[in-house]
Amino acid sequence: MNAASINKWFGRGWLSLGFIFLYLPIVALALYSFNNSPVPNVWRGFTLKWYAALGTDTEMLAGLWLSLKIAFFTACSSVVLGTLAAVALVKYRRFSGRTLFSGMVNAPLVMPEVIIGLSLLLMLVSLQRALGFPERGLMTIWMGHLLLGMAYAAVIVQARLQDLNPQLEEAALDLGARPWQVFALVTLPMISQALMSAWLLTFTLSLDDVVLSAFLSGPGATTMPLVIFSRARLGLNPSVNAIATLIVAVVAIGVVAASYLIARRERIRATEMAAAARAS
Amino acid sequence: MSAPLKHASRGGRWAVIGVPYFWLLLFFMLPFLIVMKISVSEMETVNFKDVLTFKDGVLALSLKFSNYALLVQDDLYFLTYVSSLKYAAVTTVLCLLIGYPFAYFMARAKATLQPALLMLVMLPFWTSFLLRVYAWKGLLSEHGWAADFIAGTGLDRLLVAFGLIPAQGQLMNTPFSLVLGMTYTYLPFMILPLYSNLAKMDLRLLEAASDLGASAWVAFWNITVPLSKAGIIAGSMLVFIPCVGEYVIPELLGGPQTQMIGRTLWDEFFSNNDWPMASTVAVAMVLLIIVPLAIFNKYQAEASERRA
Repeated sequence: MNAASINKWFGRGWLSLGFIFLYLPIVALALYSFNNSPVPNVWRGFTLKWYAALGTDTEMLAGLWLSLKIAFFTACSSVVLGTLAAVALVKYRRFSGRTLFSGMVNAPLVMPEVIIGLSLLLMLVSLQRALGFPERGLMTIWMGHLLLGMAYAAVIVQARLQDLNPQLEEAALDLGARPWQVFALVTLPMISQALMSAWLLTFTLSLDDVVLSAFLSGPGATTMPLVIFSRARLGLNPSVNAIATLIVAVVAIGVVAASYLIARRERIRATEMAAAARAS
Repeated sequence: MSAPLKHASRGGRWAVIGVPYFWLLLFFMLPFLIVMKISVSEMETVNFKDVLTFKDGVLALSLKFSNYALLVQDDLYFLTYVSSLKYAAVTTVLCLLIGYPFAYFMARAKATLQPALLMLVMLPFWTSFLLRVYAWKGLLSEHGWAADFIAGTGLDRLLVAFGLIPAQGQLMNTPFSLVLGMTYTYLPFMILPLYSNLAKMDLRLLEAASDLGASAWVAFWNITVPLSKAGIIAGSMLVFIPCVGEYVIPELLGGPQTQMIGRTLWDEFFSNNDWPMASTVAVAMVLLIIVPLAIFNKYQAEASERRA
């Protein structure tokens, strides 16, 4: 065996082990959601009873509904604010306070969530004392998630904007389009895929968040991750496995379908461009 | 990019920059200033006293630094900060050791295979982080797959010898389970920036090195690794900074001996209702991560300048 083939097999082995490490917990989680045993980790045959039990689990269902609403609002608003921030950072190379601005856009990506949650809550409490609103609940959780979602959306949209050919926008301007027309008719269609990925990512981020929601939720506003977290803290719980399997399945199908659609559209565009090139 | 700038209306420019800027100042910067204020405030039964009071024509400023004094004097807080930094550092090193070869082999895999591999790394990242951490609880507890595997291979004797678990068969709620959970959760954050860096590398440099007589190993250490420095820094910061303040993983997988600062903040706030102390812990945590945070921001800014 020569050095190159050792290298090849070592690479394959490392990648395989890495993927096993990444996927093993998800597989185990799904498998044990079908376990007909009150004792976790001991296999006693196949059952769907944990899924059936979810149907009457009002706490979980109410949490899921609230989480879906918050995730929807978060995703829509994050994409809008994130896109604005990305456009500001890409198009305007110079404005006063740009360093502070880019720092504030990027910081929530890594900032420990306990800090963001605590500080936002303390501000909202001060605000509430002064003005009488906002009540803690859907609104306040959404504000926290938006801060996080905006940062992720800005990073995704920024990367796409930087890859764009500026000549297209310049041409539109030269042909007499107003700046907002250029943005709506030229820029937006070109970054639509990035907007879609940003929407999906911020939706799943919001659907998954525990820490910000815990700080910012009020009485009666318990999101699904908070329900899951409070059960998971106490120990292993088959109802958590069942809801987990459903979420993972929905997200996996959604992400794979979305990337398939994006890839197909890319292929169609490439074919059309090739055809156009031949025609000219 | 200069042409749209010239044509863009002043109002448009103002709105594009102003709206997100104002939002971030109001909901990111201002809350943090309030935390700093509360960290030096006196607690008065349920309300905290204003730092600045205007009474009988006298402007009085009362700052209370006893919380900070407590933070420095009390061994418990100090040791918690140290152990948070320690676990975050160990996690970062482990992610780098596992993630670098992983990203390297991914970037050198067949071009047709790479989108699928990238997708496979992204997919767990999209699925719930809370649920994946919870899954390890099952894997590591009695009769769990990972627990059986570790017992079967005798790895647990090694872990006991290193003091990572207290006794054989006791994997949960130990430094081992905590670091394993954090490494698992943050591994994609290390792999992705490294991959995008390594995939862009000019492979002709390696050919040139080999033509000049360098072995593959020498070329790797002298060319590939230095060129991927930006990816290493970005990945390490993406792992290290959130790990320092991590709450969910220590709560679900850690134990009493693995107290971390995120949990301390949580307990001060939710269990002790001591808002000024929780704020003090938060301010100190920010001081702890401010240098890595600055490095991360500098890298992000540079990366976007380079691409533009």
